[in-house]
Amino acid sequence: MTTLNIDHVSRWFGNVVAVNDITMTIGPGVTGLLGPNGAGKSTLINMMGGFLAPSTGSVTLDGQPTWRNEAIYKHIGIVPEREAMYDFLTGREFVLANAELHGLGAKAAHEALATVQMEYAQDRKIATYSKGMRQRVKMASALVHNPSLLLLDEPFNGMDPRQRMQLMDLLRRMGDEGRTVLFSSHILEEVEQLAWHIEVIVAGRHAASGDFRKIRRLMTDRPHRYLVRSSDDRALAAALIADPSTSGIEVDLAEGALRVQAVDFGRFTALLPKVARDHGIRLLTVSPSDESLESVFSYLVAA
Amino acid sequence: MYDPTVARLTYRALLGRRRALILGALPLLLLVIAVAVRALAGADDQTAADVLGGFALATMVPIIGVIAGTGAIGPEIDDGSVVYLLSKPIKRPTIIFTKLIVAIAVTMVFSAVPTLLAGLILNGNGQQVAVAYTIAALVASIAYAALFLLLGTVSRHAVVFGLVYALVWEALFGSLVPGARTLSVQQWSLAVAQKVADGNLVTSDVGLPTATVLLAGVTVLATWYAGQKLRTLKLAGEE
Ligand SMILES: Nc1ncnc2c1ncn2[C@@H]1O[C@H](COP(=O)(O)OP(=O)(O)OP(=O)(O)O)[C@@H](O)[C@H]1O
Ligand SMILES: [Mg+2]
Repeated sequence: MTTLNIDHVSRWFGNVVAVNDITMTIGPGVTGLLGPNGAGKSTLINMMGGFLAPSTGSVTLDGQPTWRNEAIYKHIGIVPEREAMYDFLTGREFVLANAELHGLGAKAAHEALATVQMEYAQDRKIATYSKGMRQRVKMASALVHNPSLLLLDEPFNGMDPRQRMQLMDLLRRMGDEGRTVLFSSHILEEVEQLAWHIEVIVAGRHAASGDFRKIRRLMTDRPHRYLVRSSDDRALAAALIADPSTSGIEVDLAEGALRVQAVDFGRFTALLPKVARDHGIRLLTVSPSDESLESVFSYLVAA
Repeated sequence: MYDPTVARLTYRALLGRRRALILGALPLLLLVIAVAVRALAGADDQTAADVLGGFALATMVPIIGVIAGTGAIGPEIDDGSVVYLLSKPIKRPTIIFTKLIVAIAVTMVFSAVPTLLAGLILNGNGQQVAVAYTIAALVASIAYAALFLLLGTVSRHAVVFGLVYALVWEALFGSLVPGARTLSVQQWSLAVAQKVADGNLVTSDVGLPTATVLLAGVTVLATWYAGQKLRTLKLAGEE
């Protein structure tokens, strides 16, 4: 039973607030840390792993602080975001060195390499590895001492779909065994496929928390914005605003278009063509104006 | 206190092809100079002392110390791979102490050995000049390795600062400004060498007791401080 407690943690770099008053508890099973680029995922993971001091708040692993406490690494395995490794070593030498630093030997190293299916390339220099191969050797080095907590920063980066599947299976298995597995990603689908529990952070803040159904719901229930051009924008606006599925309309003079915010997505998509037909208005353009993940995320923060 | 795996990784990093070439260049130059001087000027004790004191001890040893000392940890911190050492249940001072031993060994091999060879070539160790400067190089290796290991731990520009120190302070300032000499690893190691050489071919501005205390003090303090710095080293994301 390994529980990571993050209690009112903030971290700033000069004026930049990278992590802003986050409180969460990560327990056994697979947790996904989801957030767009620059959200503060790596900063948070670095604090979890004891590589960075929180500016305020505390990070503890089963009650023990992670910062300045090297004894906790008996229980933690880490897959860092950064690429750099000891490139002049072979994969086998690298994993063996990691095993030795934990007081283990060649047997542990061999098993870890087998787990990530890297035995076939273990005698090649790491400098010659592809990104996915590096990622798997990093994974082997993190697993070598059978840790009860695994912290993985963007572990699927650079992996092809087959490698991704394999790593997902592996992490799922580790979660099933009762280990605490936390991985970060900026891809919703990736997190949905793997995580039992999702923590969303945006711009350093804890935006949402729950299983993937809850996160999905939060994301799809948000108001949808559309950019609409028609033969008579004013008449269309007047007709639309009368309906409860529309929560706001702006006339954008510069664009020569309407910006419509719909709360009930299903009803609005049926309403729009009908209203246009009834009033003899021709629709020229209807386009969703904010489908990017970024805007989905920023909606979650505002909520 | 000493971790063989950390030592092995450090040796491999230090003696990788490119760095080994840089480490080997100055010793090679020293040997070339020694052969040329001997061939042109013949064996002369004063000349031997000038070459060993002026080039080997004043320039070559500190530069080798910079390369080995900063190279033992700086690149790992710069590229972030030090995380693989830091994410282990190993005391930070053990990591530093091990790296210090490796840096000292490498500095000694690449500076003291060529100094001895050059001395033998120059005057066949007449008046113990070769042995005296070799001992100075050995002693200086310890203090330089500790100083530059600390520099590599605290600064991203360790090599530049180290070279400035080695060339400006040790080689230039140290020989021009009398006060600066007291605070010079080179002078401290000369104080030790002075005891070995016959006559007064090897001299130092610093007395042996002072030199010994300063050498030991600097080495211990720098190593201790580097251990503290590593304990609180912050690994932030890529900026
Ligand atoms: N060492 C640092 N110095 C200054 N600012 C930093 C530092 N590290 C991170 N930041 C800033 O903190 C914020 C969060 O960065 P972080 O790397 O944690 O985000 P992330 O969610 O991991 O992003 P990505 O998906 O790109 O990896 C960013 O604005 C970043 O610029
Ligand atoms: Mg990151």
